[in-house]
Amino acid sequence: MIASARSPLVWLVHLSVVLLVLLWTLPTAGLLISSLRDKDQLAVSGWWTALSTSTQSLVYRAPGADKQVEKDGKFVISGNLLEGQSTGQVSAFGFNSREPAAFQPGQTADLGDGEKLTVQADGTFEIVSDKAMEGTRGQRIFYTAAVPPRFTLDNYIEVMRAEGIGASFINSLTVAIPSTIIPILVAAFAAYALAWMKFPGRAILIAVVVGLLVVPLQMSLIPLLKLYNGVGALLGVPAKTYVGIWLAHMGFGLPLAIYLLRNYMAGLPREIMESARVDGASDFDIFVKIILPLSFPALASFAIFQFLWTWNDLLVAMVFLGTGNDSLVLTGRLVNLLGSRGGNWEILTASAFITIIVPLIVFFSLQRYLVRGLLAGSVKGG
Amino acid sequence: MQQLLFAVTTMAAGVLACVAYFYGTNWILDRIFPSKGLTGKVASRNLRITNTIRPWLFLGPAMVSLTIYLIYPVIESVWLSFHDKSGQTFVGLNNFKWMVNDGEFRQSIYNNFLWLLVVPAAATFFGLIIAALTDRIWWGNIAKTLIFMPMAISFVGASVIWKFIYDFRPEGSEQIGLLNALVVAFGGSPEAWVTLPFWNNFFLMVILIWIQTGFAMVILSAALRGIPEETIEAAVIDGANGLQIFFKIMIPQIWGTIAVVWTTITILVLKVFDIVLAMTNGQWQSQVLANLMFDWMFRGGGDFGRGAAIAVVIMVLVIPIMIWNIRNAAKEMEGR
Repeated sequence: MIASARSPLVWLVHLSVVLLVLLWTLPTAGLLISSLRDKDQLAVSGWWTALSTSTQSLVYRAPGADKQVEKDGKFVISGNLLEGQSTGQVSAFGFNSREPAAFQPGQTADLGDGEKLTVQADGTFEIVSDKAMEGTRGQRIFYTAAVPPRFTLDNYIEVMRAEGIGASFINSLTVAIPSTIIPILVAAFAAYALAWMKFPGRAILIAVVVGLLVVPLQMSLIPLLKLYNGVGALLGVPAKTYVGIWLAHMGFGLPLAIYLLRNYMAGLPREIMESARVDGASDFDIFVKIILPLSFPALASFAIFQFLWTWNDLLVAMVFLGTGNDSLVLTGRLVNLLGSRGGNWEILTASAFITIIVPLIVFFSLQRYLVRGLLAGSVKGG
Repeated sequence: MQQLLFAVTTMAAGVLACVAYFYGTNWILDRIFPSKGLTGKVASRNLRITNTIRPWLFLGPAMVSLTIYLIYPVIESVWLSFHDKSGQTFVGLNNFKWMVNDGEFRQSIYNNFLWLLVVPAAATFFGLIIAALTDRIWWGNIAKTLIFMPMAISFVGASVIWKFIYDFRPEGSEQIGLLNALVVAFGGSPEAWVTLPFWNNFFLMVILIWIQTGFAMVILSAALRGIPEETIEAAVIDGANGLQIFFKIMIPQIWGTIAVVWTTITILVLKVFDIVLAMTNGQWQSQVLANLMFDWMFRGGGDFGRGAAIAVVIMVLVIPIMIWNIRNAAKEMEGR
């Protein structure tokens, strides 16, 4: 519109949008790439080098003396430093930690005691001795190797099994699905009443709902925690249950649900309802047979909001479900891992990606409804 | 798996209970005060009665839920803020006096004001710029989707993403955090960014801005498209250039929307908790009110008085926006 007339400006627009998009996507891309990298490589090089060969300083422990073979009157232990890796190149080696790169591949290092170590560039090594070697602990070999990029799902397998992410995933689903579905009907009936039924106090109720939209969750936490503890003690049930958190999420989600649905329903054409009423339909019939089907887009918008919010929520889950190992949802688990495994990026990146993958799928497949819901909820007159 | 089954069963039961409630009460109402098939005074009287009662049946469950989960807690929180840690003994304004003299609280207030100054402004600014730019290129929708994407990511997930970017290795070893790698590439020395007092606030704010820009962009983009073509055409005919049109014609027409975006993000900022908990847990002078409140809920066995007092402070900060929202909504209702 503005820039179309002048081509340098058009290029400037394209370029700045490219930059902004990069700025917004690179962080997530880095996380995804890192979670797929081999954990040794991840620890020593940035994810942007993931496709290039990395140089690593590594340690290999040779097999013990029981693996030695007698050959031509000499005792030999042999093997490959790079075993288990398809390719790679050794660029230096050594036999103690002070000089890990003292020798070039092909050279022979004197280990003392008549033992000699030779390492080739392809990783094969030989320890040769004139007399039989002793000891069960093998010789440590330090080496510097150029390792080609390696991508693996090992990190994911590890966090699913060992770090409790799998169990937390189930917990998150358990929290999010009922918390999304149950409030919908409750909110829809209330929204219809506020949009199309006439009764005293309607304007005040709408104002209350609008006001409750912005009440900070923090106000509710302590009283509800006390209430739950009281109810739990009274009925002899645990205070922290899934039923408790579902109801809490329903309560916290209702203002937005009612507000969104009321705005949407109030925008439906009055004639439909009036003609139905002339035909003798009651409010209940009108709502169930006409309004509810017509409101599907708004219901979908709210369901997506509520699902994203309950899945991504940390605060409500920590307070009403607790921080016990069995009851942690994904977000809570991730916070725990940040504390306990702060330096293990292979675990953190894989866990984080599992945490965000479900909302991302929901986002990309249902973006249309999300946008519509945002517009209805925020732009007045929607 | 068993747990999921339990969840799905409860969900089905919950939905069925809702259906049963709405259908059942409605049926009973029609039974007690029938109007179909009757004529004259009785019918119209019954119709009037059912029309009076039915809205409340529709609203009932929602009102009960809102009362228990939002209205009662607000009142109770205010009440608790005047009581001691167990909520038994009335202590007057002691909790608030403690607050004013507490260094950590003052730090939180200060940080919260920094957040309030920076985050809504930055997110709205970027959102507006991106909305304006993407509207005039052919792949604008793809760009918008990508920038909108962080909205779907949890605050904790986003914190991990950014913590990885801020990751710090001692000088000399290879940096695996993007920011430090860039700093080193340009000849600087690496820093542990989130531990730098004062500046770490901004590194945490970046996360929220990153998430919220998409929201601002979507809404402002719709507002920009809603501007009547004629006003822009008139400006073009009058010889206005691109920047003039943007600042003098388009921006003034979307002030209302900008205000809505701004206030929405402002409220979110006041409640920001997950990011601070995950990144620093309030260390290195990065504490904010919501995290401090959570802290006091459980610290030393839980001090409900002080926790509630901090919650009340957050609430007081929200109230002006709440009133503004209600007045806007009321204005709009009159227009209908």
